[in-house]
Amino acid sequence: MKETLLLTKHMRENPEDSHSLKSYEKNGGYESVKKVLKSGTPEEVLQEIKDSNIRGRGGAGFPTGVKWGFLAEDEERYLVINGDESEPGTFKDRILLERDPHQLIEGMIITCFAANISKAFIYIRGEYAKPARRVQSAIEEAYEKGYLGKNIFGSSMNLDIVVHLGAGAYICGEETALLNSLEGRRGEPRLKPPFFPAVKGLYNKPTLVNNVETISSVPWIMSNSGKDYSSLGVEGSTGTRIFSLSGHINNPGNYEIEMGSSFGEFVDTLGKGVKNKAIKAYIPGGASAPWLRGDQLDVKMTIDDVANEGSMLGSGAVVMMDEDTNLVLAAKSLVSFFAHESCGQCTPCREGTTWLENILERVASGRGRLSDIDLLLDVCDNISPGLSWPPKMTTICPLGPSATASIVSLMKDFRSEVEVLLPKKVVIG
Amino acid sequence: MSWETERLEKAKQIIEMYPQKRSALGPLLYLAQDKDGYISNESIVEISGLIGITEVQVQSVASFYSMYKQEPTGKYLLSVCKSISCEISNSSDVINSVKNFTGLSNNETDDENFFTYESVECIGACGGAPAIQINYETVEGLTPDKAVDLCKWLKEEEPEIVVADELQDKFGGVKSFDWAIADNNGATSPVPGFQTYDTSKEKK
Repeated sequence: MKETLLLTKHMRENPEDSHSLKSYEKNGGYESVKKVLKSGTPEEVLQEIKDSNIRGRGGAGFPTGVKWGFLAEDEERYLVINGDESEPGTFKDRILLERDPHQLIEGMIITCFAANISKAFIYIRGEYAKPARRVQSAIEEAYEKGYLGKNIFGSSMNLDIVVHLGAGAYICGEETALLNSLEGRRGEPRLKPPFFPAVKGLYNKPTLVNNVETISSVPWIMSNSGKDYSSLGVEGSTGTRIFSLSGHINNPGNYEIEMGSSFGEFVDTLGKGVKNKAIKAYIPGGASAPWLRGDQLDVKMTIDDVANEGSMLGSGAVVMMDEDTNLVLAAKSLVSFFAHESCGQCTPCREGTTWLENILERVASGRGRLSDIDLLLDVCDNISPGLSWPPKMTTICPLGPSATASIVSLMKDFRSEVEVLLPKKVVIG
Repeated sequence: MSWETERLEKAKQIIEMYPQKRSALGPLLYLAQDKDGYISNESIVEISGLIGITEVQVQSVASFYSMYKQEPTGKYLLSVCKSISCEISNSSDVINSVKNFTGLSNNETDDENFFTYESVECIGACGGAPAIQINYETVEGLTPDKAVDLCKWLKEEEPEIVVADELQDKFGGVKSFDWAIADNNGATSPVPGFQTYDTSKEKK
């Protein structure tokens, strides 16, 4: 199994200065946008994106072309790049921001041309200070060259980009929470409807919110074609994807591959295997995704195949857990994350995640009660009735329901690991 | 103490970047924290005047985000990650060694206002777990011993600028990905070092 490098080719081949304008242009950068501005139309760009069948790389996997098509008419519209990447296990946008910021900027210019937008934002999580610095420097280089600002590349198009730093709230990766945050408010998700960003987004104006990786793919699609892109990968999961591989693995890192091979092949070849141990369980798509077992490594890495197994490919974060892993502590770590990151708006999530954290804490430390398994599942059921996947919602956003994923996985496939920690049932008489 | 002229100028520049003033609130809170190490009441009053919202609205936003500190922080904010990839890579050992060395519990600052310790959720360094941030500059592939060495070095050197690449070179190990060429820019206070907010500098 080999990588297919579209988005990470330039940075791999030019490690010394891939973040600079000089290196980007020397390797064909900004040619795509020049071509589009010279002879393309917004309709043509939209058609190429639709033809590419690219699905959003943030986690939800919504078709990008369809999203763009929803953008309502208005004199004032915005593009917001979601670089809040905070899903535990995920560090793919970090490399794109840090090592190839001009690729993102070029993708943004093309996107704004297609959607007739003149003001764009890149929302980067506060912890990504270094990537943000690189992006800001790249933007300044682009302004100097006349690639941003007024009449860019000598055309009639204007575009300004502002980099905005988040401040440590995972929930701001949810697009409507991100917009609230960008407006200077608490990062609480908005109700949809009516606040679909494409209709009522930033400042109540139509807004495209796209992930860093999604928009970084746009220059390649436009300098080749939507059809070329869709010929990579498999139907429903076209193109390449950058997977972040971590956990008990010999060779962790970001790998750009065509979707469609199995997790096992991925782990054994690119990841160079798990440190002399068997895999007990793994997370196929970030902290929100239900776990898969070590005997499910033949599952194909596509959005639909993982969904068929009752989980999700999500943000592309693959976390391997070997046979020595204490899965109760792993689940506790995941649940604590959601408890900490709950925005507090919806009762089932705010109260439920804290309950789950407290119960798992006492179970893990040997103070569990016989009734705790039932109680954990009951609390999960209150957050997400039926404990199915994709989860049913009692909340405005999917954060709370996602918190149940690890517990349900633990109870379904590794229940004995919890049971041994609980007191024995004593039968009298 | 109210904001000095330079900071007010910076604040006005930031406000102008946005179609609506209130959007500058997040960045202005970083300016406040850069000044005092936390969001002081004086800064809340200042920001409320600058963008025309009430002090309570400013505080309500400031208290929502974990990177805006409600209490004074030390010169160096030590943030050890405890999320899943770090957790299963023994981040708890790193946490214990940092806690033991500094004598601090979670979210505590020492008497000299030198170190603040916190354990935090995912910082996006999962491929280089376990990881830490010093004033939001990432160091990956840490060991409990290296973490202590790092703290000792900060004590001895007291660097004015904290640079991820320098720390990684001295104390780090496995990285999430190839960082490629060294970068000399870093943070000057316990806020993200970012040129737009005047909180980063190049270390010569």
